[in-house]
Amino acid sequence: MAEIDTSGGGKKGGKPKGKKMSTRVDFTPMVDLGFLLITFFMLTTTMSTPQAMELNMPVKDETIKTLIPASQTVTLLLAENDKVVYYFVDAKTKEPSTPIITNYSATGVRKMLLKESRDRNRVGIDSIPVYKKMFAEHKMTEEVLRKRISAIKSFDKGLIVVIKADDKSKYKNVVDILDEMSICNIGRYAMVDITPVEVEMIKTVKL
Amino acid sequence: MSKNKTPRKSTSVDMTAMTDVAFLLLTFFMLATKFKPEEPVTVETPSSISEIKLPEKDIMLLTLDKDSRVFFSIDGEKTRVEMLNKVGEKYKVTFSAAQQKEFANMSSFGIPVAQLGKFLDMKPEQRGAFKQTGIPSDSLNNELSDWVWQARLANNDLRVAVKGDRETSVPVVKQVIKTLQDRNVNRFNFITAMEKAPK
Repeated sequence: MAEIDTSGGGKKGGKPKGKKMSTRVDFTPMVDLGFLLITFFMLTTTMSTPQAMELNMPVKDETIKTLIPASQTVTLLLAENDKVVYYFVDAKTKEPSTPIITNYSATGVRKMLLKESRDRNRVGIDSIPVYKKMFAEHKMTEEVLRKRISAIKSFDKGLIVVIKADDKSKYKNVVDILDEMSICNIGRYAMVDITPVEVEMIKTVKL
Repeated sequence: MSKNKTPRKSTSVDMTAMTDVAFLLLTFFMLATKFKPEEPVTVETPSSISEIKLPEKDIMLLTLDKDSRVFFSIDGEKTRVEMLNKVGEKYKVTFSAAQQKEFANMSSFGIPVAQLGKFLDMKPEQRGAFKQTGIPSDSLNNELSDWVWQARLANNDLRVAVKGDRETSVPVVKQVIKTLQDRNVNRFNFITAMEKAPK
């Protein structure tokens, strides 16, 4: 390719010429340099934009008060050491049920949330995987899928999750539980400050 | 005309093709590269299944590290200078032109306004070694609130992103969220690492 024929054309008996220098250049250092720079740029570059999860908080307005029916609510208390304590409120007596301790695994809080949410909206929750499958098989457009799922999520008899993070819990726990909300297709949830009563409740469960 | 000797084959490999490839890749990376902004703290973000991508610009980033320090960063040099002067005005701190220029080129910072001038006078290598204390964000002295407010005044299209370490304690996160809410930022993003969604 870039080599130049320096064999001299094979003339015999020509004039005695000066020894021909090879015009071939050794590219090896250049390649070395090239790859060195590539490595540098590869390591310093940021290719992927970061992932983010969205959180919408209500507008701060003391005059707006949303009352939620107790029978639809589950309260999750995020405790220390990656534990979750949850309890329900009885619709009639308004008394909280015995708190139950669990963790962030698939068999822990997620199982409970899926069950509770399905109990309250069986048709809706069961149809989500069907819609998703239809979307995967190109039988449904993304727009329709999104609309249907958001309709299911905002079902007004569905489960409402109240998230209360204890001061000893970690940021990771908050993100995890918000993530569970999207995994379990729970559309109605709120982050609320923990009350002293609930702090005590966490302590009783531990004992 | 038969030769006795077979012509000697050259043992050197033609490097040209390899050079071509190397430089092609080099060019690609040079053009595609965007340098990682230098960050004063390393933060290990929690993971989530969310697949929302953050936009490249108009981002206000609040970094919370595991020692509960708050760092602030925002893109756009003009926005930064404008914001700096406004915040300085409020805290009666003036910044020289050189300091403003430094600030415009700096990435995130986490230092009270009163010490910011001194911090900007430092050489970049000194700055790396300097231990930043984080922006005060408690209810008594909430400088973060002013930064957020002035940043939003300087650039109205800002999106707010919170990048917290896994081990950041919840009260700090709550305080930051409250600060944002007080400034009418009710919609924000938590930056997370990717995680595979369960079936």
